[in-house]
Amino acid sequence: MSDITLVDLCIFACSEAFRDNGEIVATGVGPVPRVAAGLAKLTHTPELMMTDGECYLVEQPVPLGPRKYDDRKTAGWLPFSRFFDSAVWSGRRHAMVTPTQLDRFGQINLSYMGGTYQKPKTQMLGVRGFPGNTIYHPNSFFFPAHGPRVFVPEVDMISGVGYNPAKRVPGGNYSGVDLRTIVTNLCVMDFGGPDHAIRVVSLHPGVTFDEVQAATGFELVRAETITETAMPTAEALQVIASLDPHNIRASAIKDNPPARRAA
Amino acid sequence: MSLSGKTLDKRMSAAEIVAQLSDGMTLGIGGWGPRRKPMALVREILRSDLKDLTVVAYGGADVGMLCAAGKVRKLVFAFVSLDAIPLEPWFRKSRESGALQVLELDEGMFQWGLKAAAFGLPFLPTRVGLGTDLAELGGLKTVQSPYADGETLIAMPALKLDAALIHVNRSDWRGNVQVFGPDVYYDEWFAKAAAKTYISCEELVDRMEDHYPENAQANLFERCFVSGVVEMPCGAHPSSMPPHYGWDMKAFKAYADSAKDPGEWEQVKDRFVGASEAEYLVNIGGKEAVTGLPLPIF
Repeated sequence: MSDITLVDLCIFACSEAFRDNGEIVATGVGPVPRVAAGLAKLTHTPELMMTDGECYLVEQPVPLGPRKYDDRKTAGWLPFSRFFDSAVWSGRRHAMVTPTQLDRFGQINLSYMGGTYQKPKTQMLGVRGFPGNTIYHPNSFFFPAHGPRVFVPEVDMISGVGYNPAKRVPGGNYSGVDLRTIVTNLCVMDFGGPDHAIRVVSLHPGVTFDEVQAATGFELVRAETITETAMPTAEALQVIASLDPHNIRASAIKDNPPARRAA
Repeated sequence: MSLSGKTLDKRMSAAEIVAQLSDGMTLGIGGWGPRRKPMALVREILRSDLKDLTVVAYGGADVGMLCAAGKVRKLVFAFVSLDAIPLEPWFRKSRESGALQVLELDEGMFQWGLKAAAFGLPFLPTRVGLGTDLAELGGLKTVQSPYADGETLIAMPALKLDAALIHVNRSDWRGNVQVFGPDVYYDEWFAKAAAKTYISCEELVDRMEDHYPENAQANLFERCFVSGVVEMPCGAHPSSMPPHYGWDMKAFKAYADSAKDPGEWEQVKDRFVGASEAEYLVNIGGKEAVTGLPLPIF
């Protein structure tokens, strides 16, 4: 057990976000969320749909990293050209992503930091599909480096819908807003506090609530019972290894630390 | 010629296509990020005096280069990215200098705006954008459903294009295109949103029905949406054009690196544009080098 890595613990925790989600497209963007979605499909939630990372639907999740172009076994087709009608705007998707910032309302930012719309200090990707994703289907998040620059009181540019009452245009339909799970290198959180406040539900082995709070730019809610994040099972570890045969995940979290900190 | 001289011959040179465009136009560019971009036509624009463009694109190096060269007055975008190089460095420089006017949109709103234009509608309603900063920053208005639900929705304005540029796999001289590859993105809607659409193709044939009748289902949009056609093999390079070739990540890397210190486009543009497309093709190692690029694995 001693050689279990923190990243594998995080993947295991992320995969729980997809448990019993039904026949929807599970999208994991980045190595950790992607392996987590595959792990969910191969262990507890076989009904999940997912792509090969391009546009074909696969029933056998595609491993990370170099492989032959035709190694994927295609069962269906979900190109961008019909992604919004089939997956996003129909609410038949759960995405796990890593925005640059996330605030106390669950609002996320991928567009720019500092400066103005006309002249941003730091231009990033652009909002991509975040505005549509967040108003139509469930979303979860993975952050490899929990810190106050990621978890900010309020994001610089609201690229994804959260639970901020000040941003709710009257008459709009927000019934699709469904922020689920936040997994970081320190803990697992959800939006189960008062008015969807962000709440710590489990701490990774050796991490304290105070440490998480100190690394967060807004006040966190404590779950009534905070548990220790579960260690991945032997079966899960095998599946994770099969989905990442080149161990690309080893570089996901700085220094690839063990799941249980040295005392 | 017997039919009152109507030939339907839409063949043009790349320079003739660019000559159809004018300063201040709204120009749509097909493809997606580093994929299926009409880069040869973009390079032809970069060799021209065209300026003050409003560019509408799911952006990659097309947007980065046009921004770097000062061709863009306004950019309509949801992202600009080279995938494995997530942040497009020339686009960033341009944004951070404050030189660009922008309309930032969600990817889905973007195609919705193209569809509104294609259907001749002023807007199409959507929930997307509510609860974010997009509407306020972009000046997007809301509408209220006239039915019992009374729902408030964003009115996504039509993204009407004066012209669109699209790179396809095959075309004949009448503009019967065939488009392959696993994903064709929103090229169909760029074509339909534009007053004029100009096509570059990997392969130009005489009459499609004589050459590839078995592939008629690959006719992504009908020839009435095509105003000009030019054969430009490797015309998407350095972006990917499945099944012919993958993207050229080495070329993207060199392009991205060139944005650093001093990062002057005038000093590096010859490497990425060249005096002519023939020269460009020689510089990148010829057609063999391009068709040898493996298709990307995700």
